[in-house]
Amino acid sequence: MSAPGSFPPPTTVGQGAERVWRRFTRAQRLTRFTVHLVIVAAIVASIRTVEIIPEFLTDAPEQVVDLLTRMWPIDFAHYRVAVHDALAETLHIATLGTLLSLVLALPVGVLAAHNLVPSTPLNLVAKLILVSSRSVNSLVWALLFVGIFGPGALAGTLAIAFRSIGFVGKLFGEALEETQAGPIEALAAAGAPWSSRMTFGYWPQVKPAFWSIALFRWDINVRESAVLGLVGAGGIGMALDSALNLFQWNRVAVILLAIFAVVILAEVVVTQVRRRII
Amino acid sequence: MGEPVAAALPADPFPRSLWPRVAAVALVVYIFYACAQLEVSWERVATGLHNAARFFSRLFPPNFSRWDLLVKGLSESLEIAVLASALGIVLALPLGLCAARNLMPPWVTWPAKLVIVMSRSFHPVIVAILFVKAVGFGALAGILALTVASIGFIGKLFTEAIEEISLKQVEAIRATGAPFASVLAFGVLPQVFSRFIGFATYQLDSNLRNSTMVGIVGAGGIGGTLFAAFQRFDYDFVCAILIAIITLIMAGEILATAVRAIFIENATLRDLFRRGAAMRRVRHAEED
Repeated sequence: MSAPGSFPPPTTVGQGAERVWRRFTRAQRLTRFTVHLVIVAAIVASIRTVEIIPEFLTDAPEQVVDLLTRMWPIDFAHYRVAVHDALAETLHIATLGTLLSLVLALPVGVLAAHNLVPSTPLNLVAKLILVSSRSVNSLVWALLFVGIFGPGALAGTLAIAFRSIGFVGKLFGEALEETQAGPIEALAAAGAPWSSRMTFGYWPQVKPAFWSIALFRWDINVRESAVLGLVGAGGIGMALDSALNLFQWNRVAVILLAIFAVVILAEVVVTQVRRRII
Repeated sequence: MGEPVAAALPADPFPRSLWPRVAAVALVVYIFYACAQLEVSWERVATGLHNAARFFSRLFPPNFSRWDLLVKGLSESLEIAVLASALGIVLALPLGLCAARNLMPPWVTWPAKLVIVMSRSFHPVIVAILFVKAVGFGALAGILALTVASIGFIGKLFTEAIEEISLKQVEAIRATGAPFASVLAFGVLPQVFSRFIGFATYQLDSNLRNSTMVGIVGAGGIGGTLFAAFQRFDYDFVCAILIAIITLIMAGEILATAVRAIFIENATLRDLFRRGAAMRRVRHAEED
């Protein structure tokens, strides 16, 4: 809504007192109508073709009650045995993955910023890397790395890192493109070399954005690394997977509680750190 | 003239404080500690890279011979994404409104905020596990899981958008004696509409991505096919599925950009088909 002129002059229909004021042109109204039509058609088509077994739905309340009774009493003793170490591993995967992605994403982000690298082909190559990193879900990255490195935390860390490159690189590149040219021109006029222009011209301007991107991604990665174990990529997901496969719901309950606690803790940490350093 | 100025300058115009260095050392120590904990070593990486060549040679060429399975899985994923987004938006809007502190009393906002936080705290795949237990294997579990995710995301952002509106317009409409529904329709919603379109399309995009994954835990869609093919070492079929998923996600992203252009920048279909017009419009909007 911020773009001035995004509202075209209203078209008028009729004359004098019977004038009808319209906000959008006919083409715009037609376009909007098409979108509405497509949305409704998509919903209707989905409802008609999706396979839902009604018996399962009527059975649901019973199943939920069954689930809750199986979860109770929560097997807190299991926490010391298997959950604690897996939880620590999840946090390491998330943190190391985020750090690795920062290292890998910085050069790509710089390449994607047109004001730093004024070459459209290079910008496009960088953007292609970023888009392909984001289009592949972290679980799919995890599957690929499990295929290469075998099951374990290494696959999980790389999956987190490769999924995050696209996110971090895109936002960092945009932050670089939004920098003011003034300080950099002043440094260039004083004869500063490229490295000084980067450290004293660009870096102070993008520093807050950089830290906030890193924190934001770490928060997301903590959540994501909790499920990577379902495909064998290490962390608490593996404990969850084995408990699920054995139908040990009281252990599932303690694992879910642990994940919940860590996610909340991560959010609190991120909020606090953001307030301190940004 | 030069001397007094030089004397007034400190020795180092960019003095560095101690703590970034301490943090850097701590970071390096942590990296070594965490690598040791995770049993990550150069040997493993080297063995893995050795395997990588063999792995990639088995991925290619992609095998599309079981395309009927592929199409079935993809269309189920698409259905899950559409229905979950629709259901999620319908449920998230009233919830987000209830959670807005500037319009509602605290006894309404607190429960609403709690529901939103609860929906956001688990990854959709974990929520899908619980729904698979509750409603059985299949698309319904996926739809419900992604609905919960949508409620969490849209609810949170919608609440924030409403809390940031200008109250002047709300007051003006209240002053005319308008009932609450009219205040919402003419005072609140026009102010948050463009942001709402933004996160609704983003959520559709994100649901599409996740709907291809919830199948890993049996909640319908292409994910189940992918995981099964992976476990049978059918790597050429895995490659075909991945190509199909990435194509679907990119198509979804283009569609989401088009919808944003139509509703936020009032583009017409002709603008969209004109090469690059949408991109230029987006760039203009960002520059303003």
